[in-house]
Amino acid sequence: MEKLSGGDILIRSLAEEGVEYLFGYPGGAALHIYDAVFRQKAVQHILVRHEQAATHAADGYARSTGKVGTVLVTSGPGATNAITGIATAYMDSIPMVVISGQVMSDKIGEDAFQETDMVGVSRPIVKHSFLVRDASKIAETVKKAFYIASTGRPGPVVIDIPKDITNPVDKFDFDYPDKVKLRSYTPIAKGHTGQIKKAAQLLLQAKRPMIYAGGGVVQGNASEQLIELVRLLNAPCTNTLMGLGAYPGSDEKCVGMLGMHGTVEANMAMHHADVIFAVGARFDDRVTNTPSKFCPSAKIIHVDIDPASISKTVAADVPIVGAVDAVLDELLEIIKAEDAKPDEQALAQWWKQINEWRERYSITQTPRYETGGMLKPQEVVSALYEVTNGDAYICSDVGQHQMFAAQYYHYDKPRRWINSGGLGTMGFGLPAAMGVQMAHRDANVVCVTGEGSIQMCIQELSTCAQYNLPVKIICINNQALGMVRQWQDMQYDSRYSESLYEDSLPDFVKLMEAYGHVGMKVTKREELKQKLEECFAMKDKTVFMDIYVDPNEHVYPMHIAPEGSMRDMWLNKTERT
Amino acid sequence: MKRIISLLMENEPGALSRVVGLFSQRGYNIETLTVAPTEDASLSRLTLTTAGDDHKIEQITKHLNRLIDVVKLVDLTEGAHIERELMLVKVRATGAQRAEVKRCVDIFRGQIVDVTSSVYTIQITGASDKLDSFFQAVGEASIIEVVRSGVSGIARGEKILSL
Repeated sequence: MEKLSGGDILIRSLAEEGVEYLFGYPGGAALHIYDAVFRQKAVQHILVRHEQAATHAADGYARSTGKVGTVLVTSGPGATNAITGIATAYMDSIPMVVISGQVMSDKIGEDAFQETDMVGVSRPIVKHSFLVRDASKIAETVKKAFYIASTGRPGPVVIDIPKDITNPVDKFDFDYPDKVKLRSYTPIAKGHTGQIKKAAQLLLQAKRPMIYAGGGVVQGNASEQLIELVRLLNAPCTNTLMGLGAYPGSDEKCVGMLGMHGTVEANMAMHHADVIFAVGARFDDRVTNTPSKFCPSAKIIHVDIDPASISKTVAADVPIVGAVDAVLDELLEIIKAEDAKPDEQALAQWWKQINEWRERYSITQTPRYETGGMLKPQEVVSALYEVTNGDAYICSDVGQHQMFAAQYYHYDKPRRWINSGGLGTMGFGLPAAMGVQMAHRDANVVCVTGEGSIQMCIQELSTCAQYNLPVKIICINNQALGMVRQWQDMQYDSRYSESLYEDSLPDFVKLMEAYGHVGMKVTKREELKQKLEECFAMKDKTVFMDIYVDPNEHVYPMHIAPEGSMRDMWLNKTERT
Repeated sequence: MKRIISLLMENEPGALSRVVGLFSQRGYNIETLTVAPTEDASLSRLTLTTAGDDHKIEQITKHLNRLIDVVKLVDLTEGAHIERELMLVKVRATGAQRAEVKRCVDIFRGQIVDVTSSVYTIQITGASDKLDSFFQAVGEASIIEVVRSGVSGIARGEKILSL
């Protein structure tokens, strides 16, 4: 049998798992591993400029491909810098394996140089973690880690490896296991047939059905089944922030995103529905508004792979635990075999009502912003949608621009909208876009950001230069931490506590040039589209568009909280539903 | 309502911290906790008591089940079960009190496991409320030190928690 060092076993194991890219940053405790990286070609290492970016880049890679994102960092600060990205992936159930170097086994617990208890620090934000104490266990541990990260409800897994375990002198048998057995972990695949039948009955009898699809449909590769179900039932469908693209955003049966900044028609339809079919969604507080007032007349069917998500905040009438694709397959079969058909008359009434809401409230039919004066952020996203033919990978940062990018860009395919929905991590956008661009070298990959978020991981412009990543950075510059400022307008009498930079913003165009990239500045409505077209014509360049917009713009619609229900929304600064 | 949750978990470093961490992370409360290896050296058995309504307990059991190290779990309070806790208690025992305390220990079927001229060390086992009522019987004023093991439990009859 082949004899390899611990470091070589680790990298070979990654290659066996099909890892193409390893996003990371070297350091003392990881140097044996980095030497193993150097001596092979199967796994390409991408050197980022900060470990947070390594995790976000791996995350973007994972979100856009469905594969496991892989990260390598050193001990201590390397490990703790990775924490924000691990937490981001955990909140959005993204498959990721993070390998961290650790100090020598015999130094653990002695406060050695660059020692951090990585397993302890990361414990609340990982699906599982391992501390490897024996090099002969590395292959098996990697196998387990990838299996756990990618099955069931996906999530990040940490493997912490003390330096002595990977030293090049000690050699061990290498035989990568084909299978993994974990007696305490058996992900559920199929749903309970009796429950699925009950769901089918409810859906066929529904007079005002509503399909509420979340990130689980994207993660679970169940978009096709979802589309078939929506068409079969002739029911309206809403996507969550994480689920955008699960059902095609520009289809007429799509009523847009729901929740705090969702469309009024989606929230109205949820509120008035008699049957809600929630699939791969988790009734997040940014969706439900006040849980006790949530959808008072609806029977709720909830399909999720994680039993702990069901009836966590809103009680389900028909809980179904299972993989969304398998459950939807079975549900479709059962519905097709039924003699009963959806109630056409009731559905016609329901669609009439929904179309009335659309006419009255839709953000696409009646803009929620004034079109005069300064350029508006919404116009930027709409122009981006046109210029990219709605087919780009949009990687968003966090804030107002994120909500505008969710509202005004319509995602027709899953895995095109990449954003930190659960944790809301500023700084996510650019490194995530790098990961997406690595996986899709010829695609238009866009980072929609603001002048606040971009500065949280701006060092990655250097990584873009090193690996020729032609990411297009659309910076919606309102010269303020926009979402903070919006809440300060609404709840703190416009006292802008620490949300302004007082003329300290860099000249982004010059900054880009310093990195060897292209910077463009846009201040006028008339030049927006043409400049965007110029930007996307530069296929091989990293381009940064610094687009100045109206700082007074708010994101609407917006849930009225606290105490509001789904249908209670601000339409603009003065009007409400 | 008090619940007794008993679980088998991998006897691995860090497994206990995952269980305990889950409670603090999600705002649940552990009242008592005992953990020890089982006859199968690869497994530990952990028993904890917690309080909460049905919804909260359901969430707790679901989240515990989600932990990779947790192999199997049962809420003992859902069925007939036996609950035991061991207590060692030091009681001031001088003069006429000595006979009184001894009588009390007998009533509670306890044992005096250590004696000095002024102190009895008493061992009592039973359900938690029995241990509580011993304090009242012997008089709280005479109690010097108490150590309780936390609740252990097992289902009655054929029902077992095993792989």
